[in-house]
Amino acid sequence: MLIRRDKYLLIMFLPIFLYYFIFMYLPMPGILIAFQDYIPGKGIFGSDWVGFRWFIQFAESKYFWRLLRNTFLLAFYPLLFGFSIPILFAICVVEIKNRTFKRFAQTITYLPHFISTVVIAGMIINFLSPTDGIINTLITKLGMDKINFMMEPGWFRAIFTGSDIWQSFGFSSIIYIAAIMSIDPELYDSGKIDGVNKFQELWHLTLPSIKPTIVILLLLSLGGVMSVGFEKVYLLYNGATYETADVLSTYVYRMGIEGQNFGFATAIGLFNSIITFVLVFSANWLSRRATNMSLW
Amino acid sequence: MRKSMTDRTYYGLVYFITILAVVVTLYPFVYVISISLSSVSAIDKQLVTLLPVDFTLEGYKMVLQYPEIWTSYYNTIWYTVVGTILNIFATCLAAFPLSRAKFFLRRKLNFFIAFTMYFSGGLIPVYMLITTLGLYNSRWVMVLPVLVITFNVMICRSAFEGIPNEIFESASIDGANDLTMLFRIAVPIVKPTLAVLTLYYAVFHWNNFFSALLYLGKQDLQPLQIFLRRVLIMASPEIMQKMGGGTATSALAVSTLQVRYVSIVVSIIPIITIYPFIQRYFVKGITLGAVKG
Repeated sequence: MLIRRDKYLLIMFLPIFLYYFIFMYLPMPGILIAFQDYIPGKGIFGSDWVGFRWFIQFAESKYFWRLLRNTFLLAFYPLLFGFSIPILFAICVVEIKNRTFKRFAQTITYLPHFISTVVIAGMIINFLSPTDGIINTLITKLGMDKINFMMEPGWFRAIFTGSDIWQSFGFSSIIYIAAIMSIDPELYDSGKIDGVNKFQELWHLTLPSIKPTIVILLLLSLGGVMSVGFEKVYLLYNGATYETADVLSTYVYRMGIEGQNFGFATAIGLFNSIITFVLVFSANWLSRRATNMSLW
Repeated sequence: MRKSMTDRTYYGLVYFITILAVVVTLYPFVYVISISLSSVSAIDKQLVTLLPVDFTLEGYKMVLQYPEIWTSYYNTIWYTVVGTILNIFATCLAAFPLSRAKFFLRRKLNFFIAFTMYFSGGLIPVYMLITTLGLYNSRWVMVLPVLVITFNVMICRSAFEGIPNEIFESASIDGANDLTMLFRIAVPIVKPTLAVLTLYYAVFHWNNFFSALLYLGKQDLQPLQIFLRRVLIMASPEIMQKMGGGTATSALAVSTLQVRYVSIVVSIIPIITIYPFIQRYFVKGITLGAVKG
């Protein structure tokens, strides 16, 4: 009878159910091909089982540590160098007294968040180009030698991390601005009575008040640490920089989509998800123990 | 006295950092726009560093007469408009039943969709599914596989949950069924949330590059982002020659720089134009996302 009572809710949800079933659940058994010598013509049921062969082959390959290291570093560097910047920027924006300038600063710094990765990567590549890029033009004007940034593995991480910070710090600051604005003004009034200066106010009042926000966001980003954006790496890297740029997801793409090596690529994809899974759960567990805050 | 000196240092730093942030963010865009509006000879002599030199619209004429940019523009608009409309409709259909406390399958279905946030088939199995379904090289591949984004369904669900139940009760006494309640009562109430989600979905579709890279081999279906990749990143000589038309190698090199920067400007103009109107929703959107994970 419940079915009858809720029939409209069921009808409503039916297309959504189908969507999730087809596009999310149907591919799940496809993971099995990580344990198969998959041949498209034979399908999942007809292909031969090979156990953990692909995993072992990957673990023993010379790319294993390189991919793992690159994936970790390209995920951690933006976090390490970039996490505090939105907080700093938010603190500054809140203190700006001139309303017009404040709005202007916010509007401008949010903008890069809405620009596509292709355009961002395109700007990076063209700015850094050794022939007509503005950066190299400036470098030569200063009397130094041109640098072929995009072809040198040593530059990749800095370029990736720097542009990531550039792109996201403004938009990420919104949540901190909201957190600072919601601090009880009485706190600051009593601070003034005690005669604290602005630096002490920042250190003893503002930062402790937004600590919960900081912890939650740190957690969220730790959870996402292994899901390094495929797109940006893919658009920025090239054969010359694989050494520092190639990550698990781009390798999966090259092996699977370009190389049609389905079983092997699926195995590496699965490996990537397992690590992500472990990271999310340990970050969550760690924070619950340390700060009593967790995502679930 | 000493205190006010410290405070002045503080404010000095605050303004310095903010101005620095604005300059660093703004400069690349200003530079790109300036190159796009400068004469080829000025670019050649590397005279442009901030503002346009010898203002001209030649670069835009060159790029806009190239038919492929219009095809990909049209495609991107199609994907964005059709995709976003379906997204919002489907998100409401998904979120409403999940928000109704009385719905007997609520918990099960909530788990059914949340599970996909933590576990998925991965790139290769999804790719194989899409090709099996015959969606490869079809317009719908940009829309159907991303009918809803689970995180956005959850945001919408909590917005529906925030509506006092009495409103629905009185509507049901008046004989309204769940469909009427969704479209006549719930949707109008959560309009601000839907506006934010519209923004998120639209930006996603406008910038979606990955799906097109994987599933759209046919050139006349490809969106702007794929075209941009060919111009900006691969600097496809074929496109450059067709658009630039320069003969001497040096002249060609410079005009291609302009072609690239004009393409950037042309592709981000829509975002910059609607940006001021959507900006006021950002804060709401961010806080909405933060409330429930």
